[in-house]
Amino acid sequence: MDFEDTKEESAFREQARTWLQANAPTEAEMSGMDTMARAKFWQKRKAEGGWACIRWPKAFGGRDASAIEQVILSQEEAKVAVPETGVFSIGQGMAAPTLMTWADAEAQANFIPRLASGEDIWCQLFSEPAGGSDLAALRTKAEKDGDDWIINGQKIWTSGAHYSDFGILVVRTDPTVPKHKGLSYFYLDMKSPGVEIKPIRQISGESNFNEVYFTDVRIPDSQRLGDVGQGWQVSLTTLMNERASIGAGGGGTKFSSVKALAKTVMIDGKPAIEDSHVRAKLASWYVQEAGLKYTSYRTLSALSRGAVPGPENSIGKLVGAVKSQDMASFAMDLLEQEGVVRDREKDAAFAALFQDTYMAIPGLRIAGGTDEIMANIIAERVLGLPQEPRMDKGIPFTEVPTGS
Amino acid sequence: MNFEFGEEQNLLRDQARGFLADHCSPALVRRVLDGDELYAEDLWHKVAQMGWTATAIPEEYGGLGLSYLELVVIAEELGRACAPIPFSSSVYLATEALLLAGNAAQKEHWLPQLAAGEAIGTFAYSEGSGQPSAERLITQVSSGKMTGSKAVVADAEVSQLMIVVAKSEVGDGASLYLVPTDQSAVHLETVKTVDPTRNHANVRFDEADAQLLGQEGQGWTLLTQLLNRAAVLLAWEQLGAADTCLEMAKNYAMGRYAFGRPIASYQAIKHKLADMYVKNTLARSNAYYGAWALNTNAVELPLAAATARVGSSQALYFAAKENIQTHGGMGYTWEFDCQFYYRRAKILALVIGSEGVWQEKLIQASDELDVA
Repeated sequence: MDFEDTKEESAFREQARTWLQANAPTEAEMSGMDTMARAKFWQKRKAEGGWACIRWPKAFGGRDASAIEQVILSQEEAKVAVPETGVFSIGQGMAAPTLMTWADAEAQANFIPRLASGEDIWCQLFSEPAGGSDLAALRTKAEKDGDDWIINGQKIWTSGAHYSDFGILVVRTDPTVPKHKGLSYFYLDMKSPGVEIKPIRQISGESNFNEVYFTDVRIPDSQRLGDVGQGWQVSLTTLMNERASIGAGGGGTKFSSVKALAKTVMIDGKPAIEDSHVRAKLASWYVQEAGLKYTSYRTLSALSRGAVPGPENSIGKLVGAVKSQDMASFAMDLLEQEGVVRDREKDAAFAALFQDTYMAIPGLRIAGGTDEIMANIIAERVLGLPQEPRMDKGIPFTEVPTGS
Repeated sequence: MNFEFGEEQNLLRDQARGFLADHCSPALVRRVLDGDELYAEDLWHKVAQMGWTATAIPEEYGGLGLSYLELVVIAEELGRACAPIPFSSSVYLATEALLLAGNAAQKEHWLPQLAAGEAIGTFAYSEGSGQPSAERLITQVSSGKMTGSKAVVADAEVSQLMIVVAKSEVGDGASLYLVPTDQSAVHLETVKTVDPTRNHANVRFDEADAQLLGQEGQGWTLLTQLLNRAAVLLAWEQLGAADTCLEMAKNYAMGRYAFGRPIASYQAIKHKLADMYVKNTLARSNAYYGAWALNTNAVELPLAAATARVGSSQALYFAAKENIQTHGGMGYTWEFDCQFYYRRAKILALVIGSEGVWQEKLIQASDELDVA
């Protein structure tokens, strides 16, 4: 039991480090570029050097790298000052694997290299106002018109829709059959006429997601992935890759930040850190934080052995998000009346860290699977407990009870 | 990254689990719970024959000379089976105290007996309710004779050897002593506890022969180091017990039907079991780190031990109480086995200091390591 690389891992790490140090873009090379241009600049260079999307098969421009090699590359990349490339994660992590499995050779040749090099950005058009956790309850419809499909409806929670070139889309092509059987899967140009994108303002004040409206949007049948009615199976290919794309999260509030705060605020005339109640709470959060860290070490060890990460990885988000929320709330309580102030410029010590976490975490507890869905995943896929009986099984979608 | 057990430890785990399934069934635990036995003496001898009591003792003292990674594997399996034997007292505490502080003669005398399971040892720490401290010690030794008393000492009635913490006028205010129990100056008074499968007694020393263990006035420092080691080992035992609780709750929920379907299909139950799984998994990961720190005697041991201890205490308490809850009324009956783990949870949680005590140690250790 140790924390060391194997010989092969160590060699790979050295190779990755050498390349990164030689090729990390300089400020001079990127002068005048905005965040997006910098991301594209760095992604293109990685692709040219053979260091983009290394998990992909060689046939698609990857290097057939193992999961642990991807982790090592990410660790090494985090050590050098390179632009953040998160804008590509949905395209590379979700759209690309779906295209590799379901698209024809021509579409693969057209799109996959451009995904790797960061020339195209893709978004995911799955969730709808009527279907979040129950994704297959989606209602956006597609009707056949010659060689085209006409799309009408609305998608929601679409990250990056406003800067995306293409989108992957699941729609209902037959409402008269049970819900999972009436879906079909397409990709489309986000500049298509009839596509309207509206940012959603979150309670944090930021806008990370969009609503996307479709009004008589025309998609050629050649952009369908899988058969008509096979959309659910195609979606599963995408969703299997989702957990890998959405980080464990946990916000910015950690044991160390709350402990630092507790040294500066007072309870009964003494620093809060001397209060046994505060110490006990901090200790329990440390136990959770360390538990998550060492769970990830165990996952890495399994990857290092060549194992595939399983549904047990739902734990990171399930535990981490609410822990940060509770810690931020506790930190605000320690500040007493001052705790309500959220002004980054005027908070010299913490730049509104606790208040920002407090406002951000409700979203993280929902995005990419709610806490409740994560608990269901653990109960059903890890512990093998039965699903709840469903009211919508085996009946036509049009007859499924709805709230509105 | 190789943060995992090796092939030998995995084989040992399989072997230990199989052995305890055969020799430490719920019926055996119930026999001790219902009967007059102080412990399952038959199981103790079998466990000793397997060499488990000798695991981490060096070969020169009659041990197997294996690492702590083997010992934590055994600890987990003993916890899983709720074994009614004095293993934690004798192996994690008495044996470790000798390994930590014993001189050559003391080791030569006691370790071979402890390794063979011929002698059972225990550790006497508390003198009454509340948190022990060097300042509160009354038990003292003068000219090799111990006077005073210790409260609620686990496995005292079956031990031949006690490691006793006594007051010192120098150093950190305490010293450790070896006290053989086969002398008339050691008086025992049986104490009834929430877990009759593990015997406890109040102990009075009436000028009992006592031999200094380690240096005079270093007792509290040694005790702190000893408890860090024991905390990791106990965390693994607690973890094994917590895993059994989850397994029992899951099996019952799958087979129990209400309103026409298994209760395991209701989210109220599913989320409860998922919560148990999450707590057990995080506790396990912290116990891994504790095992690594113990095995390498890392500078991080105090923090790793406290983290493992708090995590496992919390996980076992949650799993044990929610296991009863999942079983409904039947879980509260004497006839069902859920009680074994609910009882043992408290014994294991309090034997070397409560969750609160270890939370405090955790924060102190994080200060010392300057965990940012």
